[in-house]
Amino acid sequence: MGSQTEAGSGEHPEEWFQSAKKIYPMATHGLFRRIKWGLLFFTLGIYYFLPFIRYDRGPDAPGQAVLVDLEGRRAYFFFIEIWPQEVYYLTGLLIIAALALFLMNAIAGRLWCGYLCPQTVWTDLYLWVERKVEGDRRERIALDKQPWTAGKVAKRATKHFLWIMIAWWTGGAWVLYFNDAPTLVYQLATFQAPMIAYIWIGILTATTYLLAGFMREQLCIYMCPWPRIQAALTDEKALNVTYRWDRGEPRGSLKQNKALEAKGMPAGDCVDCYQCFQVCPTGVDIRNGLQLDCIQCGLCIDACDNIMTKVGKPTGLIGYDTDENIQRRVEGKEPIYSIVRPRTVIYAAVIAIVGAIMLYALLTRSFANISVVHDRNPIFVTQSDGTVRNGYAVRLSNKRHHLRNFILHVEGMPPNAKVEVVGVEMVIAGRPIIPVGPDTTREVRVLVTSPVGAKMDPSTPVIFRITDSVMGEVVTTKDFFKAP
Amino acid sequence: MADIHNKEVDKLSGVETTGHEWDGLKELNNPLPKWWLYSFYICIVWAIGYWVLYPSWPMISGYTSGVLGNSQRADAIAAYEAGIEARSEFADKIVAASLEEIKADQSLLEFASANGAAAFGDNCAPCHGTGATGFEGYPNLQDDTWIWGGSLDKIQTSILYGIRSGHDEAHVGDMPAFGRDELLSREEIDQVASFVAQKAGLEPKEGIDLAAGETLYADNCAACHGDDLKGIQDVGAPSLVSANYLYGKTLDAITAQIRNPRNGVMPAWEARLDPATIKSLTVYVHSFGGGQ
Repeated sequence: MGSQTEAGSGEHPEEWFQSAKKIYPMATHGLFRRIKWGLLFFTLGIYYFLPFIRYDRGPDAPGQAVLVDLEGRRAYFFFIEIWPQEVYYLTGLLIIAALALFLMNAIAGRLWCGYLCPQTVWTDLYLWVERKVEGDRRERIALDKQPWTAGKVAKRATKHFLWIMIAWWTGGAWVLYFNDAPTLVYQLATFQAPMIAYIWIGILTATTYLLAGFMREQLCIYMCPWPRIQAALTDEKALNVTYRWDRGEPRGSLKQNKALEAKGMPAGDCVDCYQCFQVCPTGVDIRNGLQLDCIQCGLCIDACDNIMTKVGKPTGLIGYDTDENIQRRVEGKEPIYSIVRPRTVIYAAVIAIVGAIMLYALLTRSFANISVVHDRNPIFVTQSDGTVRNGYAVRLSNKRHHLRNFILHVEGMPPNAKVEVVGVEMVIAGRPIIPVGPDTTREVRVLVTSPVGAKMDPSTPVIFRITDSVMGEVVTTKDFFKAP
Repeated sequence: MADIHNKEVDKLSGVETTGHEWDGLKELNNPLPKWWLYSFYICIVWAIGYWVLYPSWPMISGYTSGVLGNSQRADAIAAYEAGIEARSEFADKIVAASLEEIKADQSLLEFASANGAAAFGDNCAPCHGTGATGFEGYPNLQDDTWIWGGSLDKIQTSILYGIRSGHDEAHVGDMPAFGRDELLSREEIDQVASFVAQKAGLEPKEGIDLAAGETLYADNCAACHGDDLKGIQDVGAPSLVSANYLYGKTLDAITAQIRNPRNGVMPAWEARLDPATIKSLTVYVHSFGGGQ
């Protein structure tokens, strides 16, 4: 107890904080590198160009396929149009996204981190620029040690300029999702765009430049919660990028291991070339086993396979494998892998259920809505002729892009009960007709009066029903009629 | 114990310990990245910048105001004035439009209802209640019983000039004090009260001469309250066959009101509220449902 005073932080601050070790990932090629390029083009292609896709919704609605219209309080995704009160669709999407992450993890570890996470994708793009401008790992290490010459300044300036351009384009694409893209591009180019657009472009330019250019693996290791959650979710049956120590150890140079073999001693396949470490974007030595810092991008697999091919040994010393299989190999059993396991089945089933619920909700989504709030004070009013009147605030929503007339009927009241709408004169057969403008809501005051001579219960359940006078769409909601 | 020259390494994890030990538990020294520390320093610098730019430190009287001169009070006042400015467009339209036009126009009706609800809560609710259902002696504005009339124009007149308010245009119509001023005897008052009570659906006093009451009613009351007891709004004489009585619907209350009547007062609002607010209130009260 109390011993901490002896090693106070003032004496040796270097013990408590460490500088991030700069990582110089080397270029590699192979299957996983190709997959990563493919996904990079695909995902960034969607991100940068999706706002420019048009979708015709008629003259009164925006013609952009994917648009979050914050001012108009609408979100558009091709044929889907969401109102703010329907934000539960987003909840459903988030649930599916979380479960998809779990499913990916149960099948093959950190697929998200290694291939799809924006941090990984943009870092990959930035590394490519860095490599094109400053050269590969060795040149970059040398350049860092060099004194500041004109050549070094030129390379650095070019790199940072390109990085900032990419970051700026990233921010620029972001704001296009919130405004008509062609219009906003024109406004941005002529400096007529709203200030908020420039502010958001500035914020995303800064974060992209900082996170993909400088923070890189630090974000994954120190800031992101997913590695911690992933570590708790994985098991010995999930595929992970794994070094097969059963085959690789004892490691040693080709010469050393040949000498060992000649003496009849065990020698592993790992030639200790450090290629796996040098291509790693997070600076991990995969041979130390599964670790939090490893984003499982598979580049070490490519690097190792290339070396194994060169030295004439079978590939796959590093590969997607499970903990279980390593143990089985040590015990001399056949490796097994099954994608159909209880957890993958359960995750997939839950995704399917949530997806089906969302699809059902979307297909049966109503284009009209009614909400009723009963007056709280007074709950009812007794009239001079003994009849009882209840007041309701009724809000009607018209989600179609043309004016609609809704016929209001209150079911559950005795015959000859009176239904009036303040400010609405049109009535057909005792039922008021309420016009509601295109793509908007309207709140009206509805007065329901019991018939003369009718004895009403203290509380009568009623149903407010609106019917589109042309299309016949019916929407109902429940409420009560109160009496003394 | 910590000794920087002889660092202790945890055998299981291969990580140095900090030398901190609590009952055998040792803390591993996994150093924090330096950028994390720097971001802490940046926050400190940010805070100092904030102190300079914005109001921050409390003083004995007042506070440091900051060089930007930012004030949430000024912001709130500006927002309030901007709200009035934004409303003025509708307020002008309300003043220009007739009451019927306001009621027929969706946007004007919505504005008048919201504006009227706010004004009602501030000015009318103390007497008429927050739900406009009134109290004994303060009329219920929700029902269809109107003493001075329930049309848009008549409601507006009542609001503008009040009832017995002293304003030149105010409604004036006093119920005579038949008992206090000895216009009728105690027995006659009982008789006419029982007659009215019976007509209103109440039990008359037992053994009372209702025929005498009817005659007394015809001689003294019918001029204002009408032969059919339904009242005359022009003179503010309420219906006596309504379900709703201002001062209570019991035989005793009717008797008391004949003997020593209360004549309630409503203030004139013409000088207190602007025309747009009075029109909004009129439409709001009319749209409770009892409006005629």
